[in-house]
Amino acid sequence: MNKKTIVLGVVAIAALILIAGSYFVVDETEQAIILQFGKPVGQPIKTAGLHFKAPFIQSVVRFEKRVLEWDGDENQIPTSDKKYIWVDTFGRWRIVDPLKYYQAVRGDERAAQSRLDDIIDSATRNYISENLLIEAVRNSNRELKTTVEEEGGFEVEGIDQKIGKGRDQITKLILQKAAQAMPEFGIELLDVRIKRINYIEDVRQKVYERMISERKRIAEKSRSEGQGRKAEIEGEREKEFQIITSEAYRRAQEIKGKADAEATRIYAEAMGRDPDFYSFIQTLESYKSTFNNNTTLILNTDSEFLKYLKNISR
Amino acid sequence: MASRVINVGGELIEIPEFPKRWLYLAIVGILGLWLLVSGFYTVDADEVGVIQRFGKYIRTTEPGLHLKIPLGIETVKKVKVQRVFKEEFGFRTAEAGVQSRYAAGSFLDESLMLTGDLNSAVVEWIVQYRIKDPVKYLFHVRNVEETLRDVSQSVMQLVVGDRSVDEVIVLSRSEIEDEALRLTQKSLDEFETGLDVVTVKLQDVNPPEPVQPAFNEVNQARQEKERIINEAMEAYNKVIPQAKGQAEQMIRQAEGYATNRVNRARGDAEKFLAVWREYTKARDVTRRRIYLETMQEILPKLENIYVVDEAQKGLIPLLQFPKKEEGK
Repeated sequence: MNKKTIVLGVVAIAALILIAGSYFVVDETEQAIILQFGKPVGQPIKTAGLHFKAPFIQSVVRFEKRVLEWDGDENQIPTSDKKYIWVDTFGRWRIVDPLKYYQAVRGDERAAQSRLDDIIDSATRNYISENLLIEAVRNSNRELKTTVEEEGGFEVEGIDQKIGKGRDQITKLILQKAAQAMPEFGIELLDVRIKRINYIEDVRQKVYERMISERKRIAEKSRSEGQGRKAEIEGEREKEFQIITSEAYRRAQEIKGKADAEATRIYAEAMGRDPDFYSFIQTLESYKSTFNNNTTLILNTDSEFLKYLKNISR
Repeated sequence: MASRVINVGGELIEIPEFPKRWLYLAIVGILGLWLLVSGFYTVDADEVGVIQRFGKYIRTTEPGLHLKIPLGIETVKKVKVQRVFKEEFGFRTAEAGVQSRYAAGSFLDESLMLTGDLNSAVVEWIVQYRIKDPVKYLFHVRNVEETLRDVSQSVMQLVVGDRSVDEVIVLSRSEIEDEALRLTQKSLDEFETGLDVVTVKLQDVNPPEPVQPAFNEVNQARQEKERIINEAMEAYNKVIPQAKGQAEQMIRQAEGYATNRVNRARGDAEKFLAVWREYTKARDVTRRRIYLETMQEILPKLENIYVVDEAQKGLIPLLQFPKKEEGK
């Protein structure tokens, strides 16, 4: 190996180092700023691809370009109607001004997250605590149905309470409030939402007790409805029975009465021809049917039947 | 050709010198092969390849064998766009299969939520989704799966929060699923996650454990109500048709009576009139004849007949016709 080769080699390596230090790759998920001796220079780089810089004196700091997650801690907050609830929020944000972002938090995402914690949590606390619980739970004034339709619904305490804002609007207010503080961090807050709302443990037990008593009322109502319906059916049955039997009696009597009248008319018409003869015949007929072997008959010798015993002549 | 001689255990072996030209050739060959190999890539049937050149998105390629610029200038990320993924809320499948095993432990922090009537319900559900837009999926949102989980939970709480506990547990399950699907998709589109929600399905939806017996009691009471009503209807159905039958019977009997009565009257009248017609022809004789005939018929039936005379005082029998004296 001669001197020439050594010099050539050194020059080649130096050139390689220079080239390697003068370009950088920015991914689709990234954005970057260039620092010159620690001081940002030029516009932030927001397009992905191959970019160039001065070697050695300039360095590159990369940031996320994607939408980033923020997950708040669960906070215990009393609502304006003094109900204690846990509220868990989440949000989505992104770095829109990498320069400001770099200056505000030195590019440290954890620092940024903790700023977001402070700002969003306080906004959440404010808006939850100045509203009724129902405002944070419900989203519209749609009518709530309870139990099955045929049971005609069931009165539940506060079920028809109307809301003025609703959850969507409250989270929008929280977002608005929190978003105001964001530009100075170079951050855009895209969304804040309530992930979970729940009663704190003590309240939960009370709510369960209320639910139990509510259910017992529904069960009781159901049972008494059953009894009521039963009584109704029984009453209906009795009524129907009376109608049917009395109707039948009426009809039967009517038929019999008509027949009796008809018979009476027939008899009257017949015997009207000769009432005297009729009574004669009928009387004799009745003798036949009324006399039997226990009957004692006392006959006078003057009677028509015995008159000839005394005297054959007239 | 040059050669080297080495000493292996006292024996001298001659190795022919490897020509330098061959070495260069081999190095270039291997390099070339590597370039070629790193330039090819395959995309499986259920995925697409997303190509970045120096980090910048260039193109999306369909399944098959493809070429890209080697040496790390172009890189490929493969995204399973055909596969349907699943997220579980309120429970975890520990081992899927014919009889899936579910992870022990409670996920109440996910599943316990407030209903619109300020009650609580335990809601478990799943979300199935696909990657609709691989570019957005890869480059637009960090941690897409967590975003989906956050969004789905917030949406479910929102939907359940606008319904009564009865609606959540019994009445409007499919309505809740539809609404949750719609809102979840809307939010995911807003965040440009590139996800497509295939389905949102409610799994077990129950009242909180301490309240469950009370809910069961309601079901029992409903069944009891049905039973009581059915029994009453049964009694009704037993009594009323019977009464109707009896009523019919009563009327038929009356009709029978009527026919009987009228016919008898007619018969009697006819008979009377027939006799009377004859009687009018010879009044006195017929009258006597009928009288005597009747007496003839009656008197033999009688056991005690006393004959008294007007001239006698008191009731002294003149004649007695004892019918039978035996046995006395």
